[in-house]
Amino acid sequence: MGIYWKLIWAYIKIGIFGFGGGYAMLSLVEKIVVSDNSWISEQMFTDIVAISQMTPGPIGINSATYIGFVAPGSYDPALASPLWGILGSILATLAVTVPSFFLVLYSSHFIRRHQESGVIKAIFSGLRPVVVGLIASAAIMLMNSANFNPNGETSQLTASILICVAAFCLVYFPIKLKNRTIKFHPILVIILAGITGYLLYGI
Amino acid sequence: MNIYWQLFASFFKIGAFTFGGGWAMISIIEREIVDKHHWIEKDDFLDLLAIAQSLPGILAVNIATAVGDKMRGMRGSILAAAGTILPSFLIILAIAIFLTPDMIKNNRVISSIFMGIRPAVVALIVAPVLTSARAAKLSWKTVWIPLVVALMISLDLGFVSNPILYIILGALGGYIFWKIGRRGVRR
Repeated sequence: MGIYWKLIWAYIKIGIFGFGGGYAMLSLVEKIVVSDNSWISEQMFTDIVAISQMTPGPIGINSATYIGFVAPGSYDPALASPLWGILGSILATLAVTVPSFFLVLYSSHFIRRHQESGVIKAIFSGLRPVVVGLIASAAIMLMNSANFNPNGETSQLTASILICVAAFCLVYFPIKLKNRTIKFHPILVIILAGITGYLLYGI
Repeated sequence: MNIYWQLFASFFKIGAFTFGGGWAMISIIEREIVDKHHWIEKDDFLDLLAIAQSLPGILAVNIATAVGDKMRGMRGSILAAAGTILPSFLIILAIAIFLTPDMIKNNRVISSIFMGIRPAVVALIVAPVLTSARAAKLSWKTVWIPLVVALMISLDLGFVSNPILYIILGALGGYIFWKIGRRGVRR
């Protein structure tokens, strides 16, 4: 049963300190769920990010639901049935949303007052550079051999780096064609990378 | 149709069809709530958005809560938040039940697909680093902050690598500079 309390506490922390949007939240999730508790592997974490990108809804909810489902079984094999997983999903999803739900309901008056004085703006001007660092740390932590080189072969490492660079160029640099600019949607980039993976390793 | 049911249905639709989370959702929520249903005035919506952004948590859920509360109090906020959360909850649950970690690892086709996807996911997170760095208007005085934060967190050294520490320090730093600046103005 202990896992459920741990899961709830983990996602309450993620919900309360989750400033700066989904990607910034990822560094918290990675730290708490992967590094500190090892509920899921580095690869699984990356896969969840990919699945979150390809399904609708906020990444915070997606990760809470998926990790809540997998964590009980990986913590204690006796809990490896879908029903225990669903309980974990529900608790983690509630834990990540309930704190901010009440903050929105009961602190809007307080926020309005302090918005006028400028203190909220000041706090966010301090948070903004930190958020950049949080997102960067999530990216750096994912640049590991589990994601780039699981086979341990140099050829795979090379292919992975090429996929990473190509994917970055596609999402970051708009392509100019005549008088239209095309920017690749992340979902399309993931699909292309998946096809590449299948062609390289699946056949 | 009952207004509570409509509120839930609207946010359910938003949750079910918006890819990319927070910012992508805001414009669709605005279209649905302000332009289509006229439930809330544009100015009020912007006010609620400012509050939702100032609070931690999942932006889309925060804005749904604020809109629901503004329209119909506690009950409205529960329905709006539940509507936003449920679609992704149900979809991910279905995926989690069928696409288990074992299957990703042991099925040859699926594992090969994910081996291609993982390096691309890293790129998808590097891109918002640069976008957010530009949006934060980093100067030579502040550019060290993200560098130190990213380095310390990814070194994984226990307490000093805890992201929560840097979130608190960042907020505190912003507050202290503001306090000092104000005192300067008063003198």
